[in-house]
Amino acid sequence: MSVLIYAENAGGTFKKSIFEAVSYAKAIADQNNTTLTAISIGQVSAAELASLGKYGAQKVLNVSGDKLKNFVNQAYASIIAEAAKKEGADVVVLSNTFSGRGLAPRLGVKLEAGVADGAVALPEQSDGKFRVKKTAFSGKAFAIVELNSANKVIALIPNSYKVVETGGTAQVEDFAAATKESDFKAIIKEIVRATDKVSLPDAEIVVSAGRGLKGPENWGMIEELANLLGAATACSKPVSDAGWRPHSEHVGQTGIAVSPNLYIAIGISGAIQHLAGISSSKVIVVINKDPEAPFFKVADYGIVGDAFEVVPQLIAAVKEYKASA
Amino acid sequence: MKILVCISNVPDTTTKITFTDNNTQFNTNGVQFILNPYDEIALSRAIELTDGGKGTVTVINVGEVSTEATIRKALAIGATDAVRINAKPHDAWYVAYQVAQYAKTNAFDLILTGRESIDYNGSKVAGMLGELLDIPSVSIIKKLDAGDNEATVEREIEGGKEILTIPYPFVAGTAEGVAEPRIPNMRGIMSARTKPLVVVEPVDIKTFSEIISYETPAPRGQVTLVAADDVAKLVNLLHTEARVI
Repeated sequence: MSVLIYAENAGGTFKKSIFEAVSYAKAIADQNNTTLTAISIGQVSAAELASLGKYGAQKVLNVSGDKLKNFVNQAYASIIAEAAKKEGADVVVLSNTFSGRGLAPRLGVKLEAGVADGAVALPEQSDGKFRVKKTAFSGKAFAIVELNSANKVIALIPNSYKVVETGGTAQVEDFAAATKESDFKAIIKEIVRATDKVSLPDAEIVVSAGRGLKGPENWGMIEELANLLGAATACSKPVSDAGWRPHSEHVGQTGIAVSPNLYIAIGISGAIQHLAGISSSKVIVVINKDPEAPFFKVADYGIVGDAFEVVPQLIAAVKEYKASA
Repeated sequence: MKILVCISNVPDTTTKITFTDNNTQFNTNGVQFILNPYDEIALSRAIELTDGGKGTVTVINVGEVSTEATIRKALAIGATDAVRINAKPHDAWYVAYQVAQYAKTNAFDLILTGRESIDYNGSKVAGMLGELLDIPSVSIIKKLDAGDNEATVEREIEGGKEILTIPYPFVAGTAEGVAEPRIPNMRGIMSARTKPLVVVEPVDIKTFSEIISYETPAPRGQVTLVAADDVAKLVNLLHTEARVI
């Protein structure tokens, strides 16, 4: 048996979260003393495909074709399941991206596999048990899930496993998978990508702001700070509810859960629902004028001060640091 | 249009999460259970789409009798009728399988779920249902416009969105933006008491996963406060101590 990783591309290239997932899948393959195959669907250059070898993929199956240029959930799931069967893979790994979250359950049914989505650590395997740690209660806890099926599907949360370069090379093979007409019922009409923005779910740094900013017109400094740091912007629920920022930026229990290396919360008090969505951030910085704000209890670094005074100074300090670096 | 909305019964968002029995059981003591917020969005959109006699909305829940308060809330919000599959929802596969069995004998044009449940954060039921029923599924949608033969949906992708058309029937997992959650009014609350709630016994199936224990995140250390007039020190700490910039 072997391990299969679905290497999702974004506009023809692989993002860091995919290298994390390949590294993670390689570690599972090593645990089981077996091989790792990657599958890529869409249009990706040969050099880009071969780059997966650096992280431990021994073989890359390349599936392309006009109909498969863009993500089609049903068709992609059929192809990945077929590849898993062909390769004899009993573990399929995906990144817990928006697409990965749509694919994992379909694959689970196709392969009659237990699915652990939201995985944050390598499986523990002993006495024939296969246990995966995953997020639960929107970041307020973790659950250890035992997958007791012969096949397993795991979707790994971005930023929860490190990229490990093995220095290997991958052999790239074309793979012709059978898809049926009914797999293509959903038709993509348009893709709108904000190319200048860092994507929130897999951002390494997130600059987030709340009602303390007083209004949408004051987000310029948040965006400036985020741009300087190469960060994604985010917000609290009251802010997206008020329409100051899009829902896609809402971080928290009923929004997006993030796990960046650095989360900077500006003018956010730290309601339990917001903290749930950010608790797996590695380092948390809080800027709030209320010293009693609950957010300070979970922060690593804090500044008690008015965002309108502190953030411009922070922007200046980051500029100075960048200039001297 | 006949719409099926899958609902789950989850701890209130303000719940402090604790465990018992050596961290193997979720401590439900004193916990208020609510309609999963994302399912509430799905339900609200379903009601909007069928307003004015344009169809029916059936809510379905896999749960024991204790979930009926949540089901009645969904009826009070405006669902036409409800189904409870009388079983403990072991895992997503179990839930999806039970719902699929019901949907196979009661055809629906559209099946909606929340994008995920806020307890186990699975976003699997929509996709599993799609596969079990061999119909399209689309996860994490931000907008749903229903036409006569197909719907137009906006799906969230990293750093943007996709606009798709999908013919009925299909399954969609809804997120914020699809609809504003509705608050039940007195008339809804009164009528919910008499709306049909059918209890169906589950199909006996094998499950593929089981939660065997829980962990809580490690407590964080004390916050290091930096003076508001010494912001450069924060940047320095983030670089030299935390090593995140």
